[in-house]
Amino acid sequence: MSVDATTVRRIAHLARIAVTDAEVPHLQGELNAMLAFVEQLSEVNVDGVEPMTSVTPMQMKKRGDVVDDGEIADAVVANAPATEDHFYLVPKVVE
Amino acid sequence: MTDLTSLTLAEARDGLVQKTFTALELTDAHLAAIEAARVLNAFVLETPEQARGMARAADAKLASGEGGPLAGLPLGIKDLFATKGVRTTACSKILDDFTPPYESTVSAQLWRDGAVMLGKLNNDEFAMGSSNETSCFGPVVNPWRRDGSDAKLVPGGSSGGSASAVAAGLCLGATATDTGGSIRQPAAFTGTVGIKPTYGRCSRWGIVAFASSLDQAGPIARTVRDSAILLRSMAGHDPKDTTSVDRPVPDYEAAIGRSVKGMKIGIPKEYRLDGMPPEIEKLWTDGADWLKAAGAELVEVSLPHTKYALPAYYIVAPAEASSNLARYDGVRYGARVNGRNITEMYENTRAQGFGAEVRRRIMIGTYVLSAGYYDAYYLRAQKVRTLIKRDFEECFAKGVSAILTPATPSAAFGIGEKGGADPVEMYLNDIFTVTVNMAGLPGIAVPGGKDAQGLPLGLQLIGRPFDEETLFSLGEVIEQTAGRFSPAKWWA
Repeated sequence: MSVDATTVRRIAHLARIAVTDAEVPHLQGELNAMLAFVEQLSEVNVDGVEPMTSVTPMQMKKRGDVVDDGEIADAVVANAPATEDHFYLVPKVVE
Repeated sequence: MTDLTSLTLAEARDGLVQKTFTALELTDAHLAAIEAARVLNAFVLETPEQARGMARAADAKLASGEGGPLAGLPLGIKDLFATKGVRTTACSKILDDFTPPYESTVSAQLWRDGAVMLGKLNNDEFAMGSSNETSCFGPVVNPWRRDGSDAKLVPGGSSGGSASAVAAGLCLGATATDTGGSIRQPAAFTGTVGIKPTYGRCSRWGIVAFASSLDQAGPIARTVRDSAILLRSMAGHDPKDTTSVDRPVPDYEAAIGRSVKGMKIGIPKEYRLDGMPPEIEKLWTDGADWLKAAGAELVEVSLPHTKYALPAYYIVAPAEASSNLARYDGVRYGARVNGRNITEMYENTRAQGFGAEVRRRIMIGTYVLSAGYYDAYYLRAQKVRTLIKRDFEECFAKGVSAILTPATPSAAFGIGEKGGADPVEMYLNDIFTVTVNMAGLPGIAVPGGKDAQGLPLGLQLIGRPFDEETLFSLGEVIEQTAGRFSPAKWWA
């Protein structure tokens, strides 16, 4: 399988990465090189094979349903590029 | 006084306990070495004040006989580990001046045991790379050079800063992480020892995530013993990481010098690649001979799905990365690039914040997870992963204690030499190491010889789950025979 220019733009949008028209052919070539490389997996017989979900066989641990952290709003927003009163500021989302 | 930066971590530990020198003297010697080696670009942030403060505290504890197992030992920390109050960037522009208000579990355990932080080490951006050339701080230079050449070589990656700093004597050991070979490949390129422990052995909490089902932390050090000492402090159960395993941490150092007599060592025929350079063949044969001379029994084994590990990795790892890196959106931390609306802000932030390799991997990951392609790519890759793991299980079920392979298909290469036109050329560096991540097994890289141009080459030992001790015992045999490897000092 290989991707065309339209697909490259669609993937970029899904990934929320701006691409310029000039970048598309280059990206298309690189993505197709990777897809050609992984193509060899199609020759493996995977009939009846379970997909891996956990590399180390273990029960998923669950923590107690209790509040054990919090009241650190200053620390939570300290690294944000734009905040006001412990809220993150973003461009207007709702008109 | 002897040069304190040429000591092994174990020698420095003993010297501190015997009061031959102080932790402050040891730290100052390393800070001076770092300053003189800035041309290597191994450190992206030096923390001398913090280091001296920690060294003084260690001296006080050592004086009262309360020093921990790593009291006063200066280390470097890969910039993928969150360090409280100290800038942590994963060497990506998108994290900007991110300063964590928390400490990663692994580094916290090192400080608990008395270690001293010298600073943060360079790595490939988000640990995506095999040459440390994708860092937003620029490439790291390998302290090794080819005989009679001053061409700058890569130290490998992604833990290139860790490997370079350890090889150049800028720190006694360093933290590193390994998703497809990022501890073992740079260790092999710099003549150092690096171990990726079993998945779940070290907590991933507070380490910037790349591919969560593959990422593991481990140490890079100058000897097998030093790596064993560091791993003991780094490993252990952490309730904050649900994949962290709750089982006791052995005294890994006690495995050094343990007999390997009668151990069955597997030599996997599928690792004998067409066109393998003769010096890699020789390295592998030498390693096998040394283990045999120590009483181990060599057996040929088969891992039939080996060749599919790298392509499966390049589906699974980018898929997980695309998901993990969705968090970098210019809202909660890091850099922001504005746009006309919120979507444009996300797109601009991510286009300018991520480097080319990271953007490429996020896009591949997005594609293989997208509607209509998930089964053909991602699901199939996870099934192949089951088969890769099964190969190892069948091999270990036949009584094999560990598997011996070369660590890399070549010695270190030049900066700018690989991956320019075709990204896959760079990916092939991890061909011998990536299987181990796919199967969640422990693997250690130990220097085993040099190539024709005088560059170090590494051997890899792959172990059974949670049997790092056997790797340390076998690694010690290799180190005792092959000797240690130090670069000639040209940078200071």
